[in-house]
Amino acid sequence: MTPPAFAPVGLRFENIDKRYGSLLALRKVSLAIAPGECVVFAGRNGSGKTTLLRVAARLVRPSKGTLSFPCEAHHDQAVAARPGFVAHATMVYDELTAEENLLLFARLQRVPQPEHRVDALLQEVGLSDRRASLVRTFSRGMRQRVAIARALLHEPAILLLDEPATGLDPQGVTWLTEAIRQLRDSGRTILMSLHGESEISSLGSRAVRLDAGSVVADTRTGATFRSILTFADA
Amino acid sequence: MSLLPNAAVLLGKELRTEFRSRELLTTTIVFILIVIVLFSFTFDPTSDESRRFAPGLLWLAFLFASSLMLQPCFLREQHNDTLSALRLSVSDPFAIFLAKLTANTLFLLLTELLLLPIFATMYNVPVLSVLHWLVLVFFLASLGISIAGTALSAISAQARMRELLLPLLMLPLLTPILVASTEVTKALFDRAPYVQWKGIGFLAVFDVVFLTALWLFGEYLLEE
Repeated sequence: MTPPAFAPVGLRFENIDKRYGSLLALRKVSLAIAPGECVVFAGRNGSGKTTLLRVAARLVRPSKGTLSFPCEAHHDQAVAARPGFVAHATMVYDELTAEENLLLFARLQRVPQPEHRVDALLQEVGLSDRRASLVRTFSRGMRQRVAIARALLHEPAILLLDEPATGLDPQGVTWLTEAIRQLRDSGRTILMSLHGESEISSLGSRAVRLDAGSVVADTRTGATFRSILTFADA
Repeated sequence: MSLLPNAAVLLGKELRTEFRSRELLTTTIVFILIVIVLFSFTFDPTSDESRRFAPGLLWLAFLFASSLMLQPCFLREQHNDTLSALRLSVSDPFAIFLAKLTANTLFLLLTELLLLPIFATMYNVPVLSVLHWLVLVFFLASLGISIAGTALSAISAQARMRELLLPLLMLPLLTPILVASTEVTKALFDRAPYVQWKGIGFLAVFDVVFLTALWLFGEYLLEE
């Protein structure tokens, strides 16, 4: 991956609640995530993992509590607070080509020299030879590569990955694991939600388990880390 | 200020995807054509009857067709959650609305101008001498329909029964545009055509008021 052009940024959730009508999706979530940490969120369906990541992406406004992005004083908070986000859905247009998609988002984000940045990213995700193909003709794995390239366009210091391996075949998972490893090693702060233990979860330096919208376990140590991912009693 | 550059980039995307698929334009043109032809065969109007009834028929057809055109406006952003990607990318969410309503206005205007000669021929209404005024009315009404329709499309896309909701919300809200544009068009189709400034003024005010409201509150329509 390209050498980083970002300053390390952390995240701080303070007493976050998120309510959808009568459903409380997040309850008093407080977490401090240090710059460069790779945090794996585990939990059953509906436990609040996706909502928490969408709050971190600022796609969802919390009903209560605050979210902040601690970074060194001389860095721009607004820039620091623009994470790269990869979700279950690819968040790219099927009816545009891979290159058109990336150029569109690069221009919207005012990335300097968008053509060069897109060229470099297409190369990195191994899609240079398919740059002119419509995304709708891509396999799930190739779409996920475009999605990751889109999330990295503005060199984000924080990456949010919501079940990024959904629908990928074993080769796709291996590629994704390697890509996330390189992103983690480049110093980015990574938050990812996963189902169970996997190649990808082994990249985490911290595991947080959510249940019914609350943080019920949070650890950095081996045995407890594994039990959190496998949903055994922590 | 990144509002206008962002809106321009997004407008380019809207135009590119539509001219690549031609889904909306084809559907809308065919729908309006069917309505115009069916009414013409059913009533076989004389020239005088056409001058009285055709403006209303024309604007009703445009209004119903616009609800077809505006339905997928935000719905197709949900398919791959591209709306979230757009919200993450633009600094001012109004850019998303501005691009979409401009694209919708252009599509509606194009449809109306393509169908005007067919309408004029079938209903025996002379339009050439008042064409420039008609274009002004088409523009102001299409802009109003697009502003309100784009906002309502954002609301209905997140709701259950979304396919039914948009016309139910849109048609009553756009009744003032229907009435004003019909009256202005009727005056232009008169044997002694004249410009009904009151109607044109009303359309302009409607556009300004709804555009301001969308600028102020549009951000909340995109929230989850």
